[in-house]
Amino acid sequence: MKFRIYRYDPEKDAKPYMKEYDVAMEPSDRMLLDALVRIKSLDDSLSLRRSCREGVCGSDAMNINGKNGLACITKLADLKEPVELRPLPGLPVIRDLIVDMSQFFKQYHSIKPFLQSKDPAPEKERLQSPTDRAELDGLYECILCACCSTSCPSFWWNPDKFVGPAGLLAAYRFIADSRDQATNERLDDLEDPYRLFRCHSIMNCVDVCPKGLNPTRAIGRIKDIMIKRMV
Amino acid sequence: MALPTRKFDAVVVGAGGAGMRAALQLAEAGLKVGVLSKVFPTRSHTVAAQGGIGASLGNMGEDSWLWHMYDTIKGSDYLGDQDAIEFMCRMAPEVVYELEHFGMPFDRNENGTVYQRPFGGHSRDFGAGPVQRSVCAADRTGHAMLHTLYQRNVRANTVFFVEWMALDLIRDASGQVLGVTAMEMETGEVWIFHARATLFATGGAGRIFSASTNAFINTGDGLGMAARAGIPLEDMEFWQFHPTGVAGAGVLITEGVRGEGGYLLNKNGERFMERYAPTMKDLASRDVVSRAMATEIKEGRGCGKEADHILLKLDHLGVDVVEKRLPGIREIAKKFANVDPVKDPIPVVPTCHYQMGGIPTNYHGEVVVPTPGNVSTVVQGFYAAGECACASVHGANRLGTNSLTDLLVFGKASGNRVIEYLKENPGHKDLPADAGEVSRARLARLDGQTKGESVFEVGAEMRRTMQAHCGVFRFPDMLTEGVARIEEVTERVKRTEIQDKSKTFNTARIEALELDNLIEVARSTMICAEARKESRGAHDRADYPKRDDESWLKHSLWYAADNHLEYKPVVLKPLTAQSFEPKVRSY
Repeated sequence: MKFRIYRYDPEKDAKPYMKEYDVAMEPSDRMLLDALVRIKSLDDSLSLRRSCREGVCGSDAMNINGKNGLACITKLADLKEPVELRPLPGLPVIRDLIVDMSQFFKQYHSIKPFLQSKDPAPEKERLQSPTDRAELDGLYECILCACCSTSCPSFWWNPDKFVGPAGLLAAYRFIADSRDQATNERLDDLEDPYRLFRCHSIMNCVDVCPKGLNPTRAIGRIKDIMIKRMV
Repeated sequence: MALPTRKFDAVVVGAGGAGMRAALQLAEAGLKVGVLSKVFPTRSHTVAAQGGIGASLGNMGEDSWLWHMYDTIKGSDYLGDQDAIEFMCRMAPEVVYELEHFGMPFDRNENGTVYQRPFGGHSRDFGAGPVQRSVCAADRTGHAMLHTLYQRNVRANTVFFVEWMALDLIRDASGQVLGVTAMEMETGEVWIFHARATLFATGGAGRIFSASTNAFINTGDGLGMAARAGIPLEDMEFWQFHPTGVAGAGVLITEGVRGEGGYLLNKNGERFMERYAPTMKDLASRDVVSRAMATEIKEGRGCGKEADHILLKLDHLGVDVVEKRLPGIREIAKKFANVDPVKDPIPVVPTCHYQMGGIPTNYHGEVVVPTPGNVSTVVQGFYAAGECACASVHGANRLGTNSLTDLLVFGKASGNRVIEYLKENPGHKDLPADAGEVSRARLARLDGQTKGESVFEVGAEMRRTMQAHCGVFRFPDMLTEGVARIEEVTERVKRTEIQDKSKTFNTARIEALELDNLIEVARSTMICAEARKESRGAHDRADYPKRDDESWLKHSLWYAADNHLEYKPVVLKPLTAQSFEPKVRSY
């Protein structure tokens, strides 16, 4: 099977280049990550992150034939050859397929991604109805792989100012939580020409999310609540 | 030239469930704590846990910590230490409520309380029938828990060293632990983390087997570091083979599927667990179910062209239940087994899943080793929690959901113990003159190696050997041969060679260093398994098919330096409850 893979080691390469591989696959090689592990067994200098190999840890996000995705849950049979692999777009490359995700996590941290409650904790659990709990479905499942934010033109242009789809999905996850009591502070923080309003509903985030989540819808809901708060 | 040094009150190695629960305790106490992790914290393997956390909240009907304790002891095939088990089961509700207060998105009942599902080996009234004890967030409990713990640590301003790999433990002449050496993966630089207390929460080493539900990062780094530094490893012959790994892919399918009403079928369409476990059936403990499946396959009743797997049926649960309670399973089955489980059964086989053994600790998370006159002497400054530790709450077989309970209870308890210890022991002890030498020598050996073998080849040989010689069923000749083969592989590990010599994010170097750790785990497993002449829990020997409490109701301790074994008694006396005497185990 044929691959073209982005290679760059700052210690020895003046600039990045695409390296071609033609490697025989075994029947057990079903996912793109299987292929990358096989290639690495032949060329140990190929660098990438990977861990759970089942689409839940978010390590092996990369740009696959022009679209962001997770290597471990991308079937080889579905890929056109040569399979072109590049690091996630828009973030500084450390080496090969490994990007520096500091900016992405900085935005995630900026929305205060933790439950805020002013009431003292009860002795047992806080009560929450199944309907209120259902509000969190489609929000809490995010794996922070960064496929969405690094496919978003608004995030490419303003990664320091625009929270990006992953961070905004997390912001809405807490706004939507019946147990969280910081909705107003959260909205104040996002009411800004960049942090929230740089989202122009291009919906690349929805298209690439490997967990089938919909950050655009979450962003829309934050905007709705903000408008309701104004009137 | 000495390595550059950073000083901390406490260093936590590993940022999974146990590491982050401990770190939270330390950070909230205002201590200077550094948490080292090979991966960004939410990528730790706790993220892959699916089914739930065991805690006797009693939200679905009567339950008690004493029943949970009984189930855990019985599940452990009486090898678990009853003081630690009582401690865990009593603390479980408290740590679950805390997790809810931190924001964990638990599934709920109509009355607003946290929903609980049945799980394997968990019973009411000392084995009378199944009980609903597992709290969960659909079938993504580990993911929800790990993210919640990370979020709470963000709130506490915990200092993480992300993508730093700990290399070796630093001990002084008295044996006291003074920190670790660690490599920053992005730059290849090696530092000393000089700490008054060092807490390992490095997880398991399921990657010693070819077929494993475990992530690539589960390479037993803490066990390797401890073993090289002279700390024995406890009960390493006990590995859990989870009944339901996707055939061929190894990916986990939660026991929660059976908890919600799914069941296993052989090629005749027979629900065979009724024969092996008349009361608990498909919810018997994992060692029992895995052995039953392996027996069905061995006796020709496996499914598929090769008669090499079992089918897990859940279509009768209906789309609504599957979508509500098991959405992640549906996703996994479609991707890795090419079936939609609301229509067709999932092909599954027993797959290596969990390491019951580990670094010996007491129920405070303090690492303990035998010294003349005391089988459990505390190693000053050294703590371990979670899968890398052996408290021992899981004994010879862990119950489903008890791993997450373990992470929360012992993560918190070890954090608290560190806080007490730091109060009583102010100031850093001086580092020994040769601190960091071991790591430097290992790195120099690797960089200078010529005519060596590839890490991939040697690692594959180790995994094949473990799989063939130390699986669900163990045979005397295979174990004897396995010991010799693993010793050969150990020699080959000393000569691994990498082509990539770059300093920048060199994952070839990381994988070589990980293999140094994996091989210690593989050695200890094979040697302990060969030596234990009985069948207990997950350790099943063809030549000694029965449990032998007279000779073997004791923990194994393996020492890396000379491969020798020692044994220590099982703690049969709980903290306050009556002792549960070993009985015949049936489900």
